[in-house]
Amino acid sequence: MSSTSPSDAALAPGAKDTPAPGTPGRSSGLSINVRQSGIYIAFALIVVLFTILTDGALLQPQNISNIIVQNSYILILSIGMILIIIAGHIDLSVGSVVAVTGAIAAVLMVNYGVPWPLALLITLIAGALIGAWQGYWIAYFGIPAFIVTLAGMLLFRALTLTVLGNQGIGPFPDAVRTLSNGFTDGYFGNIGLGPLGGADLFSILLGIVAVAGMAIAQWRTRAARLGYRQAVDSLPVFLLKIVLAAAVILFVIVQLARFKNLPWVLVLLAALVLGYSLVTNRAVFGRRIYAIGGNLQAALLSGIKVKSVIFWIFVNMGVLSAIAGIIFAGRLNQAGPTAGNSFELDAIAAAFIGGAAVQGGVGKVVGAVTGGLIMGVINNGMSLIGSPSERVMLVKGAVLLAAVAFDVWTKRRAASASR
Amino acid sequence: MTDDILRMRGITKTFPGVKALQDVNLSVRRGEIHAICGENGAGKSTLMKVLSGVYPHGSYEGEISFDGEPCRFADIRDSEHRGIVIIHQELALCPQLSIAENIFLGNEQATRGLIDWNRTNAEATELLSRVGLHENPVTTISDIGVGKQQLVEIAKALAKKVRLLILDEPTAALNDEDSEHLLDLLRGLRDEGITCVIISHKLNEVMAIADSITILRDGRSIESLDMATDEVSEDRIISGMVGRALENRFPPHEPQIGEEALRIENWTVYSPTQRGREVVSDVNLTLRKGEIVGLAGLMGAGRTELAMSVFGRTYGTNISGRLFKEGRPIEARTVREAISNGIAYATEDRKRYGLNLIEDIKRNVSAAALSKLARRGWVNDNEEYRVADEYRASMNIKAPSVSSVTGKLSGGNQQKVVLAKWIFTDADVLILDEPTRGIDVGAKYEIYTIINRLADSGKAILVISSELPELLGLCDRIYALSAGRITGEVQRSDATQERIMQYMTKGLD
Repeated sequence: MSSTSPSDAALAPGAKDTPAPGTPGRSSGLSINVRQSGIYIAFALIVVLFTILTDGALLQPQNISNIIVQNSYILILSIGMILIIIAGHIDLSVGSVVAVTGAIAAVLMVNYGVPWPLALLITLIAGALIGAWQGYWIAYFGIPAFIVTLAGMLLFRALTLTVLGNQGIGPFPDAVRTLSNGFTDGYFGNIGLGPLGGADLFSILLGIVAVAGMAIAQWRTRAARLGYRQAVDSLPVFLLKIVLAAAVILFVIVQLARFKNLPWVLVLLAALVLGYSLVTNRAVFGRRIYAIGGNLQAALLSGIKVKSVIFWIFVNMGVLSAIAGIIFAGRLNQAGPTAGNSFELDAIAAAFIGGAAVQGGVGKVVGAVTGGLIMGVINNGMSLIGSPSERVMLVKGAVLLAAVAFDVWTKRRAASASR
Repeated sequence: MTDDILRMRGITKTFPGVKALQDVNLSVRRGEIHAICGENGAGKSTLMKVLSGVYPHGSYEGEISFDGEPCRFADIRDSEHRGIVIIHQELALCPQLSIAENIFLGNEQATRGLIDWNRTNAEATELLSRVGLHENPVTTISDIGVGKQQLVEIAKALAKKVRLLILDEPTAALNDEDSEHLLDLLRGLRDEGITCVIISHKLNEVMAIADSITILRDGRSIESLDMATDEVSEDRIISGMVGRALENRFPPHEPQIGEEALRIENWTVYSPTQRGREVVSDVNLTLRKGEIVGLAGLMGAGRTELAMSVFGRTYGTNISGRLFKEGRPIEARTVREAISNGIAYATEDRKRYGLNLIEDIKRNVSAAALSKLARRGWVNDNEEYRVADEYRASMNIKAPSVSSVTGKLSGGNQQKVVLAKWIFTDADVLILDEPTRGIDVGAKYEIYTIINRLADSGKAILVISSELPELLGLCDRIYALSAGRITGEVQRSDATQERIMQYMTKGLD
């Protein structure tokens, strides 16, 4: 099937200096990519829907805090999972790795009295080693990730049971529980917000700094692009996007400040999302992942060290699983044998709802986290209105299927349009 | 009035931007062996795909009549139902299934939905004896050689009650003995009344077996020859195949040839799949700065294999031989080593091996040299945009911006992106494998211009092409490769298509 377009034939031979048709200026604005932005619109619609269904209970300060804390470990896992899915692989073992790392942390701190910073460090290293183990078989030995991590799912669950001696181990030191469950201190006391009541000043200041930082960073990016005469959003569109993002962030922060300050996991999560977004967008390493997932053969012939990249994204997944394992165990104040059951499915679903492509090569960290939040909001909202759990499962399954169907449909439409 | 079993009249098949077939006529008499000859890209395979229904009725213009009745095939099943069976160059057998299972694939011998294994194996045995293959029908396909697999394909065709058997390069992968056996078998089938159409590059073979010949060139049928009445010789066929006058399809170019850039010495490569088979044998080849060197060869001659084995050993096993860059010995055992030694290879299959089709232009341009745009592992994406935009302007890549996805570009523009990607690696030696495959004349001219400019800037270029006129129009020197060996080297001044074609077919007899 040739894709040569007839327009080439009209080209006069040797006309190599004719200006190209596209000129830098305004990009096609909001309609630019339904496939990428559809997820955010869907998220907004779901939030609005459940806000109405729950008479506003969804957006109450305590509930927002709950949604974040309850889903934090899935969101952290989905960040690692999206990298793996972009590269065209899968990881079925993360639930078991969450369990075994939580167990390792518990045994170290509770049974052996290891100081918590050292215990957490060892746990993270254990996560990295688990990732390296799986990465070795996948990248260097050449076994499909599906098989290696399916085996890992069993292996690490077995290891969990062995480490725990088939019982829960707890309680955890306060510091670890604070990380999972606790909130930042109110360093500057409270501030009155009129009818909204009192709120933590430190949280609000942090929120303002974050919003300001985001706006400045976006502005500088835009200025640099203009300096290179690239297409950027027109000023009104740009400002609208910034104001919208700022409004959402500040709303969440203010609500949280009215409840109990910022959950530590939110701070951690924000740092991870920021860091991994930078890595996927800007770092050479991140670019390699997209190149491998987009066309493995072309990546090999471009001199990309495919095996090494695959190995390291699985190591990364192991470390993130360990973080999730610590947070989950700390939240329950106990490492249990069934911890992390089916977390892998939630993380994979989050990545696909968030716009990852089944064939690899496509996906964003923010998309995966949004996908995770969509499931979190559905869970939370439906339990608020008293839906039975089977109905929650039904809806989550339907949402996953619909999201991937939408992805496949847009791709097919794009393919037929270009033919 | 001759008794034609097949008549194709005025067949025209257009792909977007390319006319693959133009007003082609083909008449095949009942019970003859009819050979179709033509260069790569002349339209032979396309014509056979039209005939067998791979391209369904309605996707081409013209008329086909088989056995006096008009044909409007919707798919391959339709044509097979009428007794037209095509055997492709790449065999369509399932390697893990048995001979008998393959023979009756899609045509299972079943009673009430259950496969009757006794009947399957008994009939397979009978068919195997008809094609002279003495193997147990339960043998797995992967356990028998290519020559025998070819016979299984023919047995499979016989099982479908074939009346017109089409063979696309049936002996390309066979040794002399197996080829001889196959040709004998075809003569036997002809005597049983089965008509054969054979596509072959091996002219001696065509001379030996064909009753008549149709020559295609540039998607047109040039002439039909009857071996009994016309005076046919290999030279006559060759001049029919290549006889086009060279038009002004190439930009003028005065080469400035400098010192030696890359020398390949005693290069031998073995097949990674067929143990012990030499794909490239003892090749010696030199490229000089500012020189455009051509590498001619028929399909299967080992051109791409040679190039890829040099480029970081991306093809082959047990590679031996030495590489010299500007006189100094170098190693290029991995793609990274090859790139860092200034060697680039632009693949013949840009969609499968060259581009990340779901990414945009700028990320494809930077893919092989991303570290040039990065500091401490962080990419400067504004620089990336600027670099890609420069290539877009200088190479006239037609796209709204460098943020356009490469999968939506035309073939010519995709090829320019591939070239930009490799130029950006600062390569001094560029191996361009079929740089103009599947792109139309206007874009070809642009690609030639880019290649000339690269040579003028002192780069050494090796162009692999199946189109002899392209090599003649573009290259300063041409090597011919046949069955993995360099069989000739021609300077531009002495080069003729006939001469190169002779070198290219040397050693195939």
